[in-house]
Amino acid sequence: MDPIRDKILKRSKESNQDVIGKILSYAAIILILAVVVSIFAFVFAKGIATFTENHASLKDFLTGTDWNPNVKGEDGKPLVGALPMIVGSFAVTLLAALFATPFAIGTALYMTELSSSKGRAFMQSVVELLVGIPSVVYGFIGLTVVVPFVRSHFGGSGYGILSGAFVLFVMVLPTITSMTVDSLKAVPKHYKSASLALGATEWQTIWRVILRAALPGIMTAVVFGMARAFGEALAVQMVIGNASLLPTSLTNPASTLTSVLTMGIGNTVMGTVANNALWSLALVLLLMSLFFNILVRMISRKGRM
Amino acid sequence: MNPKKTNTLALLMIRIIAVIVVVILAFLIGRILIQGLPHISWKFLTTSSKAFTSGGGIGIQLFNSFYLLILTLIISFPISLGAGIFLAEYAPKNALTNVIRMAIEILSSLPSVVVGLFGFLLFVVQFKLGFSILSGAIALTFFNLPLLTRNIEDSLNSVPKLQREAGLALGLSKWHTVIKVILPEAIPGIVTGIVLCAGRIFGEAAALIYTAGQSATSVDFTKWNPFDASSPLNLFRPAETLAVHIWKINSEGIMPDAEQISAGSSAVLIIAVLIFNLSARFLGQKLYQHLTAAKQG
Repeated sequence: MDPIRDKILKRSKESNQDVIGKILSYAAIILILAVVVSIFAFVFAKGIATFTENHASLKDFLTGTDWNPNVKGEDGKPLVGALPMIVGSFAVTLLAALFATPFAIGTALYMTELSSSKGRAFMQSVVELLVGIPSVVYGFIGLTVVVPFVRSHFGGSGYGILSGAFVLFVMVLPTITSMTVDSLKAVPKHYKSASLALGATEWQTIWRVILRAALPGIMTAVVFGMARAFGEALAVQMVIGNASLLPTSLTNPASTLTSVLTMGIGNTVMGTVANNALWSLALVLLLMSLFFNILVRMISRKGRM
Repeated sequence: MNPKKTNTLALLMIRIIAVIVVVILAFLIGRILIQGLPHISWKFLTTSSKAFTSGGGIGIQLFNSFYLLILTLIISFPISLGAGIFLAEYAPKNALTNVIRMAIEILSSLPSVVVGLFGFLLFVVQFKLGFSILSGAIALTFFNLPLLTRNIEDSLNSVPKLQREAGLALGLSKWHTVIKVILPEAIPGIVTGIVLCAGRIFGEAAALIYTAGQSATSVDFTKWNPFDASSPLNLFRPAETLAVHIWKINSEGIMPDAEQISAGSSAVLIIAVLIFNLSARFLGQKLYQHLTAAKQG
């Protein structure tokens, strides 16, 4: 056998390396995909058991206000009205976004339009530090500072949606700020120059040109912040009071999907109605986070057109 | 009001908002440190916690937090390295790649409590691992993978295309080029990303409550055989971390000094996160100078 012919026909060491590399990197990505798919499959399978096995009606789940899965109602179906938690989750999320958005936009504008490069670097590290503070620490501060503050200034026990919204406000502020900064930076420089050249003041330029151009990006940032607020568990659970009642005021104890989940899973037995009902709440959380994701995609697609 | 006055007023407002944000951060950090530092002592950091009486420490929780952090990084780094290399180097530009990217994005935005519950269902209940460090580390891996993957992808992408062409022109395989040429150049960015992820893992609690558990079994720091039941390295013992400890004593703690312990623990957590943040910057810069021809200082 001709050794040269043999060498050319055989796979080289390099192409073998490439095959190994491809296998390794494809395996890693398939593993991640499998994790995502199985999270959805498991939570979905567990979440619908309340309706398929325990015969609770979906309508009661979404509109009922009695949360007591161990007890059966008059119609023989378990009481799984999750409306108080759903309302609670949306209330803290929307309030937090409402408080945080003006602050985030202001800070972002300061960083991109007004400050010197030193000021920008300083604010950048402020934002990074705010992101880095763990959520239990926010919860602890909420317990020792925000709850007493709300109690003495707004009445009630201090535990409730308002306290939850205050804590979430600080938690989502850095998320919204840093994404808003990115979208403000993406506005072409000549927009600003053109506006200033027309004699517009700095504020007119910011308000009518820069913010308009960056609007889709800012909206994406707010939705991301809301997604984070909606899924936050411990910090909210520590200050919201954990009462599964339909909230009547901002300062009464309430509950969110995440707070009921963290409190409940350990106190219920796998496979019981009470446990299945909690998994249904987890499913709602999962679907909401999917919804926020789709919303972000829709906004950024619209913004590009 | 004329435009000039509006302008001055509006710009002033923006400055005031920025100052308020700084004040909020200063207040948070200041409050945590002032409240917590007086409770931190060598004894507090090394003794074990007490359930009913005052004077408990956080020794085991602190060890658990670091052990869990290291385990999580050991599991998640190779996977996200592979996935990052795939996305940066091998991924074809087609619909499937888009689906993969979307899946990773969704995974990164899932609430951590849902990820924790999934870990609970799969590892604690289905695979019968029980509340254990291993279950906790795997749950944290899920929640860490998307961030680390994106970080590695970005760091690889920031290496100029010329380097890849140079490698291929020398007859190296693509894999060899990536591992020996591209990856070393991307190391500073990757290290910064890992350290920042470490800060996040260190403070995470929601994903751990039902995977690593809420109890700190006493361990014997003289036994280092991982298969010994009371060894600190045992993978199958329940391990309450520092962050879970803070949550636990605030929601159901009955020791008289619960508030002091949480203040002290919060301060320790914050200091750890600060150290992670600062070292991420420092390490990234130093490594960059070390690995490239960038000027010192």
